[in-house]
Amino acid sequence: MAFLLKDLIKKQAPLASGHRMCAGCPAPVIVKQVLMSTDHPKVCTNATGCLEVATTIFPFTSWKVPWLHIAFENSAAAVSGVEAAYHGLANKGELPEDMKNAKFIAFGGDGGTYDIGIQALSGALERGHNMLYVCYDNEGYMNTGIQRSSATPIGANTTTTPVGSQSYGKREIRKDLLSIVVAHHIPYAATCAPHDWMDGMKKSQKAIETEGPAFLNYFSPCIPGWKIPADAWRKLSELAVKTCFWPLIEVENGKWSLTGESKRIADGKAEKVPAVEFMKNQGRFKHLFTQKKDDVLALIQADIDRSWDFYRKMAGY
Amino acid sequence: MKEQKKSWNELPIGGSILEAGNSKNYFTGTWRTFKPVHNAKLCINCYFCWMHCPDDSIVIENGKVTGMDLDHCKGCGVCAEVCPKKAITMEKEEK
Ligand SMILES: Cc1ncc(C[n+]2csc(CCOP(=O)(O)OP(=O)(O)O)c2C)c(N)n1
Repeated sequence: MAFLLKDLIKKQAPLASGHRMCAGCPAPVIVKQVLMSTDHPKVCTNATGCLEVATTIFPFTSWKVPWLHIAFENSAAAVSGVEAAYHGLANKGELPEDMKNAKFIAFGGDGGTYDIGIQALSGALERGHNMLYVCYDNEGYMNTGIQRSSATPIGANTTTTPVGSQSYGKREIRKDLLSIVVAHHIPYAATCAPHDWMDGMKKSQKAIETEGPAFLNYFSPCIPGWKIPADAWRKLSELAVKTCFWPLIEVENGKWSLTGESKRIADGKAEKVPAVEFMKNQGRFKHLFTQKKDDVLALIQADIDRSWDFYRKMAGY
Repeated sequence: MKEQKKSWNELPIGGSILEAGNSKNYFTGTWRTFKPVHNAKLCINCYFCWMHCPDDSIVIENGKVTGMDLDHCKGCGVCAEVCPKKAITMEKEEK
């Protein structure tokens, strides 16, 4: 189903303003896209991280849906428990009328998903809970001051991969979380980039309506962490897709496909932009340009080419 | 701009928050260095600014963008960046 902005504006935004996310952070936009993609009642859980901390600073909350936070590593376990409790109440006939058909959605940052929360996520996927897990991937532990995570790309300057005479930043490639999730043979998994809101909302809707576990990995540029201007997220989200740094992928019942601009690139209808176009205006990669680290830039391009080839093959190209 | 901050003896017992989305009573507009200025003459009401605003600060009345909620807008400028008609410009806040 297509979404029309003229219809969406009439609905209540699920996240109230007054939250303390940084100026220009797209994570609240991601929450908006996910939660507004369906009219079902929703229940959310949140892993510790920027989104959780900054939307619930006491005595305020920005959430207009039932919301639960337990810890950093267990958003997926928390949502599993909520979903199981819901079925328990339904069986006893004690479920309030307005919560029939409720949908369960967990949010977590990349630290809370790729790293510390991966066993909770894996468990929830394997147990087959009827829920959606959304990772907003800002490529680092941003809430605690920009530490590297297994989602941080090579060459990025973070506080735990600091740049110096002996270091060009992070040395390791990003973890392929999508493939790990898909290996659980769940019915739906996809990647989204918030600038392509239509693609993101369609995937969110599919993921929420799917019976069983679903997973979305949402690209989420970070203003202080990537050292970028406050109005940069849209452009960078677009460039990440155009460079194939962040391909738009959908995996439905094990069948891989590409969507949006990524499909156009794979079909030869659009150009794959060189990775430097994505990197050159980000402070976290600045040293690669000022110190003329062409070898590292080549490493990054090679890594993108390798993963793009892999995803293209998976999608049958 | 006046902010509702409760003291300890005005808060509900147990620290419960009784109103969903009550963060709207906290004004993040003070963060701003640049403010968005909306030009209704150029605006085509495409609502791209609404979709891209992280702070739910685009005011729409009867289907028309009428301006910004400056109590909450943090001045990130994404609305101006995404506007296809340049109907939003960022101007320095005067104190
Ligand atoms: C078990 C545990 N270890 C460490 C922390 C401290 N901590 C809080 S938030 C956070 C970083 C979260 O990073 P991420 O999940 O990537 O989300 P982001 O802040 O980037 O949105 C850390 C390390 C914690 N709360 N709990």
